[in-house]
Amino acid sequence: MTQRQPSITYRLDPRSGVAPYRQLVDQVRHALRSGLLREGDQLPSVRDVVTQITINPNTVHRAYRELEHLGVAEGRAGLGTFITSHSSSALNATKLESVERELRDKIIEARDMGVSEERIVELVTFTFRHDRGVRT
Amino acid sequence: MIDGTAVLETVELGKRYRRTWGLQDCTLTIPRGRVAALVGPNGAGKSTLLRMAAGLDQPSVGTLRVLGKSPTSGNGNLKERVGYLDQERPLYKSFRVAEMLRFGEKNNPNWNMVVAKEHLAQLDIPLRSRISNLSGGQQAQVALTLCLAKEPELLLLDEPAAALDPVAREDLLRILMRQVADSDSSVLLSTHALGDVAAICDYVIVLAHSRVVLSNDTEYVLESHRILSAVHDGELMPPSGVTVINSQSSARGESLLVRIELPIDESKWRVERPTLEEIVLAYLRVGSPGARDRRSHDDDRSSE
Repeated sequence: MTQRQPSITYRLDPRSGVAPYRQLVDQVRHALRSGLLREGDQLPSVRDVVTQITINPNTVHRAYRELEHLGVAEGRAGLGTFITSHSSSALNATKLESVERELRDKIIEARDMGVSEERIVELVTFTFRHDRGVRT
Repeated sequence: MIDGTAVLETVELGKRYRRTWGLQDCTLTIPRGRVAALVGPNGAGKSTLLRMAAGLDQPSVGTLRVLGKSPTSGNGNLKERVGYLDQERPLYKSFRVAEMLRFGEKNNPNWNMVVAKEHLAQLDIPLRSRISNLSGGQQAQVALTLCLAKEPELLLLDEPAAALDPVAREDLLRILMRQVADSDSSVLLSTHALGDVAAICDYVIVLAHSRVVLSNDTEYVLESHRILSAVHDGELMPPSGVTVINSQSSARGESLLVRIELPIDESKWRVERPTLEEIVLAYLRVGSPGARDRRSHDDDRSSE
């Protein structure tokens, strides 16, 4: 059996608290951001992934469904799953979500360290004004 | 068929050996298409459940449906639709691998010789080898290959990867997953290797003291548990709405593994996601002594 080089090789960390399908989704997103994957690339078939790493095929299906839902990938009947042409804008939308989450975590961290609400608001306002000043 | 979507359904299933219960009050449903892990300490009832599902043991009480049928009421074709494998591998040591395959072909109407040979080629096991000359790991792989070649709808595997070296185990699990990908087989396997559970199982059942303490999709299990930690400050109460599964105290702090219904937004507690292994271990440690006491009382009554 000859095998083509897969467009991406996944890895699974069973010791992570992140659901396995989510790990695959994150790896595809990361590969897109770093340029390892590009639009039009075909993702490895479920069967190829299962041969490559020890993983439940349902997990791969689940991850590909999620990528389709996010607009990053699309299934083409009888051909496989491909990275969409609008993957970068889809990626930005999800990136926004994670940035918001990180921002929130940081605010909580600051609060827990004793930073006052006024100080945080001040920081936010300053950052926005300063930034606007630079742009215009 | 009661429910076409379940491959295994039990209601208050129990198996009593002379004086003790091998399995008690076991109610669970395993949906079709899952790879389900059966986890628990030795003697928790894993093998008992698998043997009953395979029709090798009679239940003492309760209901058991395998692919919608009762496994022990002479449902002849259930034997063909269910594959069972335990530590006692059904191999003839003096046979060559090819002879074992032909033997399997003769005895199983749905035998898929192509699949069997493909698996063995993948595993680099020559058809000409004698079983007795193969390593323990290879024998386990041959035994599984024979089981898979029946193309069963449901595979019942009792510690299929126990005592295998890491590479042999990985190879064996990959063959199993390939079969699942190709044939939509459902799997119920018992194991002690919690790392394997996280990698290949999408459903997890935890047995402790002959009872089911957890049974659900692994994704749901991961999403519905958290670790909360905090520094003691007099009256430290867990947030409302959470169920504490396990708690560990240190000199100044406390750490709880909890089941949650809703996302927690807590200022007092630091919230983290546990690994599947941590969750399973927490449930195994519970043992719920209260439940056990109540049950032993019931036992006295029911032993007539």
